[in-house]
Amino acid sequence: MSDLLQYWEVIRSYLAGIILLCGGVIVFIGASGVLRLPDFYTRLHAAGVTDTLGTLLVLLGLIILSGFTLLSAKLALVGLFLLLTSPAATHAVANAAHIAGLKPRLGTIKSETSQEQNGDKA
Amino acid sequence: MTGEFLTPVDAFTVIDLIFMMMLVVVGIAIVRLKDLFAVVMLSGVYSLVSAAWFVSLDAVDVAFTEAAVGAGISTVLMLGAMLLTARRAAPTKPARHWVALIVVCATGAALIYATVDMPSFGDPLSAPNAYVGLEYLKRTVPDTGVSNAVSSVLASYRGYDTFGETTVILTAGLGVILILGLGGPAVIRKKAAPAKSKTSKAEQDASAHHVVLRVVSKLMIPIIIVYGAYVQFHGDFGPGGGFQAGLIIASAIILYALIFGIEAAKEAVPPSLVRLGAALGVLIYGGVGVMNLMLGGQFLDYNTLNPAHPTHGQELGIMFVEIGVLVTVASVMLIIFYGFTSRQPDISDKDW
Repeated sequence: MSDLLQYWEVIRSYLAGIILLCGGVIVFIGASGVLRLPDFYTRLHAAGVTDTLGTLLVLLGLIILSGFTLLSAKLALVGLFLLLTSPAATHAVANAAHIAGLKPRLGTIKSETSQEQNGDKA
Repeated sequence: MTGEFLTPVDAFTVIDLIFMMMLVVVGIAIVRLKDLFAVVMLSGVYSLVSAAWFVSLDAVDVAFTEAAVGAGISTVLMLGAMLLTARRAAPTKPARHWVALIVVCATGAALIYATVDMPSFGDPLSAPNAYVGLEYLKRTVPDTGVSNAVSSVLASYRGYDTFGETTVILTAGLGVILILGLGGPAVIRKKAAPAKSKTSKAEQDASAHHVVLRVVSKLMIPIIIVYGAYVQFHGDFGPGGGFQAGLIIASAIILYALIFGIEAAKEAVPPSLVRLGAALGVLIYGGVGVMNLMLGGQFLDYNTLNPAHPTHGQELGIMFVEIGVLVTVASVMLIIFYGFTSRQPDISDKDW
C-alpha cells in the first residue's frame, strides 16, 4: 500500500502537469477560435465548449497537485459551479442572439479569408 | 552580464506586469468604443482583470470586493442605466477630444510624479508596513482573537471609519432614491398585472426559451446566498466580511430579478423592506457603539461587551458590526437596482 502511495507521489506532479497543459492548450484553441471563426455562433461554439472543458481540466490538474486537502474540495466545488454555469451562460448568449433574429452565416467562405476547415455549421 | 539578470525578476512580477498591460489595453478599448453595451461589458472585464491582479498582489479582500462590485453588480446597474438612455455614445466634437486629452495627460503626469515619493513595492521599512501596520499585525490575535487582520482593522481598530463608510453607502442609496424614485410602490398589488399582457409575442417566446436559465438559476441562487453567509461569518479567519457578503446576497436577488422578472423579485424582497434594511444596518452598527457607551466604555469599544473576556467581546462586536454592514450594503444595492428598473425606459424626450 505504501509502495502505491510512493508511486502516486512520484507521478502526481507529472500527471497534474500534463492535465494542466492539456487544459491550457484547449483554452488556447478556444481563444484562437473566437478570433478566427467567421460568425457569432461558431465563435460562441469555440468559446463555450473549450471553456468548460479547458477550465475543468485546469481545475482537475490543480486538485491533483494539491492532494487530499480542503483546497481540493473548494476547487472541486468551483468546478461543479463552472460545470453548471458555463454551459448555461453559453446557452443564454446563443438564445438571446437567436431571439434577436441573428441568423447563422451559411455557405462557404470566400477566398479572402480561406480558413476552409472552419466552415461546418448546423 | 552572462545568463544573470541585474535584478531578480520573479514570476509574480511578470504576472503583475501582464495584468497591468491587459488593464491598459482594456482601458484604451473602452475609450475608443462608441457602443455603450460593449463599453459596459469591457468595464466588467476591467474589474475582473484588476481583481485577478489584486489576488496576485496578495490583497485578497480587495480583489473579492472588486470582483463582486465591478464585474457583478455595477455591470448590471450600468446595463440598467443604459436601457434608460441610449445604446451608443453621442458623437462629440473633435475639439473636445483635445481638451480631454490635455486633462488626462495632466492628471497622469501628476500621478506619475506622485509615485516618485511612494515606497517601492513590498518595502518592509515603508510607513504602512513598519509602524502602525506592523503593530496591527502583531496585536490583532491577542487583542481581538480575529486572525484576519483586514477584518479586525476594518471593524475594530478602524471601526469609526467603517461606520462612516456604512453611512456613506446609506447616503448614496438616499441620493439614488431622490433622483430615481422609491423603486415602485411599497406593496405590489396583484391587480397591477394587466400591464404584462401588453408584452409582445416575441417577449413571451423569450420567456419560454429561458427554461435552462430558470432551472440553473434556481439551483444556483440558494447556493449563492449560502455562500454569502459563509463569506460573512468566515470574514474573521479569511477574506470576506460584510461588504462582500452584502454584495453577493444582493447579486443573488438581482439574478432572480433578471430571470424571473422584477415583479417576482419585488414580491420576494419588497422595496419597502429594502428601504428599511438600508437604515437598519446603520442602526445596528451605531447601536453597538451606543451599547458600548451604556456599558461604560467608549463608542465602538467592543471590550465592554464581555468584560471578563475582552477578546470575546471584540469577536462579538465585530460580528454585529459586520451584520450591520451586510444589511446596509445589500439593501442599498437593491435600492439602486429597483430604482433603475422601475423607471419607464420607453419614454423619450419628445413624448413630454
